[in-house]
Amino acid sequence: MADSPSRVERPLSPHLQIYRPLFTMVMSIVHRITGIGLYFGMVLFVWWLLAAASTPSAFAAYSWLAGSFIGLLVLFGFTWAMLHHALGGVRHFIWDFIHGFGPQERMLLAKATLAGSVTLTIVLWIIGLAVKG
Amino acid sequence: MSNPTHTPMRTPLGRVRGLGASHTGTEHFFLQRVTGLANLLLMIAFIVIVIRLAGASYAETRAVLGQPLVAVIILLTLLSVTVHMRLGMQVVIEDYVHTEGLKVALIIANTFFTIAIALAGAFAVLKISLGG
Repeated sequence: MADSPSRVERPLSPHLQIYRPLFTMVMSIVHRITGIGLYFGMVLFVWWLLAAASTPSAFAAYSWLAGSFIGLLVLFGFTWAMLHHALGGVRHFIWDFIHGFGPQERMLLAKATLAGSVTLTIVLWIIGLAVKG
Repeated sequence: MSNPTHTPMRTPLGRVRGLGASHTGTEHFFLQRVTGLANLLLMIAFIVIVIRLAGASYAETRAVLGQPLVAVIILLTLLSVTVHMRLGMQVVIEDYVHTEGLKVALIIANTFFTIAIALAGAFAVLKISLGG
């Protein structure tokens, strides 16, 4: 029926261009974008495992790339995306139990997610770089 | 519903078991939550392992990844994460791809990709753990 030529032109519901971006809305979009990023980022994790399962030269190639500026930048981005998506998931769990829907609560949860993901990323990288030496 | 005196032959349980035209119920939603919870717990162990191996040599990485506890944690992570990935990407595809053929092709590609990721990672961990 959707492809019927005699289809009536009905009004469409407003979409992204219509709304002023709201913080909670942007956070929702970022949750999805980080999810997509992590999806493809998993290739890097499996590459690391396969390199360790293969030859020393394959592992050396991976280590060199991971330790390069671009490599560290990507891994930093992956860390933040992972923590942001994880904390965003916790926010969804809170909503699943029918809490945190009030106007102030929504904003507080969104701000806490962002602040938490950024802080945790920096803290983990300080620890990681200290361990790496 | 329009006729309140009409009593359907099918019981409410029989109706709900039919699950309507989609033939599925809340499994997708629920499994996304269950794997999300598992991911949250496994992520903590994963972070510890990765930080422990930051800048580690080939031999050291293999020694740590080969430890039974570490290997099991990584295998569980691969399982839970790839199921979660597959469900999540399926929703993204269904939301944005409206051409029926392309949508089905991408959903199949999503299944292929996530299973390949899971098995490649699992193979690597098992190869390191079980020798060779």
